[in-house]
Amino acid sequence: MLRLVSGRVSGLLARRVTPAVCTSSARPASHGHAPDVSPAVDMSRPMYWDRRDVPLPDRPFRDELSAGDKSLKEKEKGSWKQLSNEEKIALYRLSFNQTYAEMKRPSAEWKTVLGGVFIFLGFTGLVVWWQRVYVYPPAPRTFDPEWQQKQVQRMLDMRVNPVEGFSAKWDYEKKQWK
Amino acid sequence: DSGTGLHHCGEMFRAVFRLSATGARTPVATRCYSHGKVESDEEFDARWVTYFSKPDIDAWELKKGMNTLIGYDLVPEAKILDSALRACRRLNDMASAIRILEAIKDKAGPHKDIYPYLIQELKPTLTELGISTPEELGMDRL
Repeated sequence: MLRLVSGRVSGLLARRVTPAVCTSSARPASHGHAPDVSPAVDMSRPMYWDRRDVPLPDRPFRDELSAGDKSLKEKEKGSWKQLSNEEKIALYRLSFNQTYAEMKRPSAEWKTVLGGVFIFLGFTGLVVWWQRVYVYPPAPRTFDPEWQQKQVQRMLDMRVNPVEGFSAKWDYEKKQWK
Repeated sequence: DSGTGLHHCGEMFRAVFRLSATGARTPVATRCYSHGKVESDEEFDARWVTYFSKPDIDAWELKKGMNTLIGYDLVPEAKILDSALRACRRLNDMASAIRILEAIKDKAGPHKDIYPYLIQELKPTLTELGISTPEELGMDRL
């Protein structure tokens, strides 16, 4: 769970280049490592990655071709009209991992983000509520309804803001609010 | 020649599509640069057509050219793409040809009318070389 969140956070913070770890490129096998560690990628050799702004990566996706792939590659040297749609797709998939549509597919990450935001907001609300009950001191006596009534009466007697504000809204003849 | 034929299509289609100025044509003459020679759109197009037209272009040059071109804030003109697709043919690289078509569709962004227009312009070349569009192969969907 923690690893998932950190992965999402780094995705939000920086635009990650995630090179597809191609199964066919030669590199030392990592035995005996912790299960979370992905196999080491040899960064000194040309790498493959799916990026919208780099349409043709440094190397094809599949380096090692089966016999069937090789014969397809031979057929590619001839007229492309001889190739069926499936063969064209197969040639594409040899060179590339994801299509642009697959690269650009939307994820459900926004739900995680929004959910996380609400969870933390809710938790904060609970903390504030607990503080209200257990931490806040009693309210000053000036908040009591009786005190407030006397305060209003005193303000009216003093004619506070008589033109446009407080006392202007009080009808002194009828002794009620306008 | 795309010059005269394009004018009656409206101001929207220009020799090179400037994505930042949506729709409107920005004449070269009124640009204000502090120094340096300004390359016109025709010169830009011609330079790139020449680049991809090199008869013995190699795979690296094709990749470098396309990646650089896609890095610019524009959708390449049909004649540049035509030259690039023919370079793919010389390199026997069908996959890259399809990838290039995907890339320019993505490059057009919200301007949904650019890609169909380019495909229409490239149709003769696509038919001649036997290149299928991603739509024909069903690769534009997940």
